[in-house]
Amino acid sequence: MEQLRFHAHRLEEKSRVLRGGRRDEMAEPIVAVQNPEQRATHEQALIASVQRGQNELFYELVRPYERRVYAAAFAILRNETDAEDAAQEAMLKAFANIRQFRAESRFSTWLIQITVNEALMRRRRERTVVMEGIDDRREEEMDYAPREFADWREIPSEALERKEVRQKLAQALASLDRKYREVFMLRDMEQLNIQETAEALGISVASVKTRLLRARLMLRDLLAGGWEQGWFSHLPFEKGNKPW
Amino acid sequence: MVNRNDDRKAVNCEQVWHEISNYLEGDLDLALRAAMDDHFLTCKNCKSVLEGTRNVIQLYRDERMMEVPAGFGRRLERRLTQNTRLSRSGWSTWSAWLVPVAALALIAGGLRLANSLTVSYPMQSAHAQPGHDIPPDMLVVVSADAKIFHVPGCDFIHNKGRVRTLTAKEAIQQGYVPCPRCMRKYLETASAGHSALGSEASADLDGDDGLDGGQ
Repeated sequence: MEQLRFHAHRLEEKSRVLRGGRRDEMAEPIVAVQNPEQRATHEQALIASVQRGQNELFYELVRPYERRVYAAAFAILRNETDAEDAAQEAMLKAFANIRQFRAESRFSTWLIQITVNEALMRRRRERTVVMEGIDDRREEEMDYAPREFADWREIPSEALERKEVRQKLAQALASLDRKYREVFMLRDMEQLNIQETAEALGISVASVKTRLLRARLMLRDLLAGGWEQGWFSHLPFEKGNKPW
Repeated sequence: MVNRNDDRKAVNCEQVWHEISNYLEGDLDLALRAAMDDHFLTCKNCKSVLEGTRNVIQLYRDERMMEVPAGFGRRLERRLTQNTRLSRSGWSTWSAWLVPVAALALIAGGLRLANSLTVSYPMQSAHAQPGHDIPPDMLVVVSADAKIFHVPGCDFIHNKGRVRTLTAKEAIQQGYVPCPRCMRKYLETASAGHSALGSEASADLDGDDGLDGGQ
């Protein structure tokens, strides 16, 4: 069932290119759509057209990924204005380099990697980076043990329709240290693979795996209580009753 | 902990927590995976950790978790339309500011001014070549402990575990030089013409045309 839902989600993402028309700011519900090959082919055709100089098709090509691009920039810059500017700039860089895109990689991955690069460059430029060196190693050598063993069964997808649930999840993610948050963001939200995540952040594959494990377990600890208190199902979240 | 069969290894809870992420990635050898499957059958806590971790991944991967500011799509469309309509793909962001820069340079009497506006770094080696006709926005990778930039996936990247991606222009500005293997074609076309990157990044680099020839 989970696999089916995941599959449907990926199909839906690809299908947006085909549907044309303006998309709302809010995401559409997950719907299984037919013919993924046709949609992938359509994206390839769009890429080829833009590469040949049909610039007006570029926005149609990137529109299905605009949220992911913004989210990647925001995960690194943590500021809406900076993230929006970086996202726009990354799209323009993608446009400027569209002829160098090769079909062997996924277009979405390529776009996200350009965005991460742009955001990291801006952060370096702002000199807001606190160097992470020895601390990294010390922390990553320590195993993380789960603290919460609440029974947390399947979560209805509709839970995400509710803003307070999305806010709780965003707060939990924001509470993680930057190094865990960024790896989790790229691997689990942007769906880059481990190797791509390592390359995008300039860290080793082993570091990605260690950070990913900790990030996932920490988020589970932070959120598992919420399941018991019912805010993933139907009960509204009550004031002063924080699950973490 | 379960050991249903003598030739199957058993794992404890700590080992399960340590590998649970790799388990969900499908990144485990069969024996360890089987041992963890056995463990989940009898250990309620670890089963709960597994399900919870899976739920976390499923919830966050949903695109509804990626909220954008109001009007984001409209502003993006406007900026893309403005910038892509006026230029040809492959040449957009640079041409936007190259034109005034080139005009300034002409007014001031030549490329000297353009040279003074940019910072050039010394080449790392007497054998290093600056490269020519490298597209400024081409994405290249550099590793932490080398001064050479590569096409992603090049076999000669010194430390593949610690690479970062940047544009060719940034790499050159930061003192990196092109890999003589994967960037060979840019080294061999040194005399073929005047590249956008060559003229805008550093006139000093242009002066090294004579080093052409590969290694």
